[in-house]
Amino acid sequence: MLRVARLYVRDAAVAEEAVQETWLAVLNGIDSFEGRSSLKTWIFRILANRAKTRGEREGRTIPLSAAFAADAEAGEASVDPDRFLGPDSRTPYLWATPPRSWPVERVLEREALGVVQAAIEELPDSQREVIRLRDVEGWSAEEVAAALEISNGNQRVLLHRARSKVRAALEDYIDPEVSGR
Amino acid sequence: MSVATYPMSCQELVELVTDYFEGALSRADRRRFELHIQGCGACTAYLEQMRLTIEASGRLTEEAIDPAARDALLEAFRGWKRD
Repeated sequence: MLRVARLYVRDAAVAEEAVQETWLAVLNGIDSFEGRSSLKTWIFRILANRAKTRGEREGRTIPLSAAFAADAEAGEASVDPDRFLGPDSRTPYLWATPPRSWPVERVLEREALGVVQAAIEELPDSQREVIRLRDVEGWSAEEVAAALEISNGNQRVLLHRARSKVRAALEDYIDPEVSGR
Repeated sequence: MSVATYPMSCQELVELVTDYFEGALSRADRRRFELHIQGCGACTAYLEQMRLTIEASGRLTEEAIDPAARDALLEAFRGWKRD
């Protein structure tokens, strides 16, 4: 929650206050929760509102959904274009340096998970937050879109960029011969 | 075939993996995607790598709650109960 609050306000203490306020609002308002959305979505919607109000009061608001939408619209290749054959090839846009199967046990060992963690840390804010909520914490697409106030489509684009980069980092680690970096 | 389709390239496929997983592709694109996968070992490996990437992310442990924030939160709860 603190992480999500910090997307709206830069000051850590202010973000903590927003989280506390949210819990109080949740406890006071739980009777009015109608179960039309998941409890998680409801709580994070309150958090987004509180954090935004505080951010505005401090004059440090970050227009979150606008920034996320802009990130989602910027073009970005999921895989290094050099890995594919060019338009003049006899078989254009097919793999030039194809990926190879990974031994499952290597991907899930501690060192590889460290690579995944580091790759996630390095992502831009928007992509990092979406992949953490979706893949690390297991939220649904709808919950993430609601909590971050972005469209489902933008949520998907950001998630895809994030996963693609984490995959590339894993490939650098597991199969550097093909990753070519 | 009712709809004219053109084959999906590997470079196009890698951009559509998440849409495929999330069931967000049109029926025609889903069919093109699956046709490509059936005949392409490299993209099959790529799809598996994306699945493993998701699984690996799911195994990361949640970072511990910052102790200062936790204490402040507990204090706020106590205040609320007293009211």
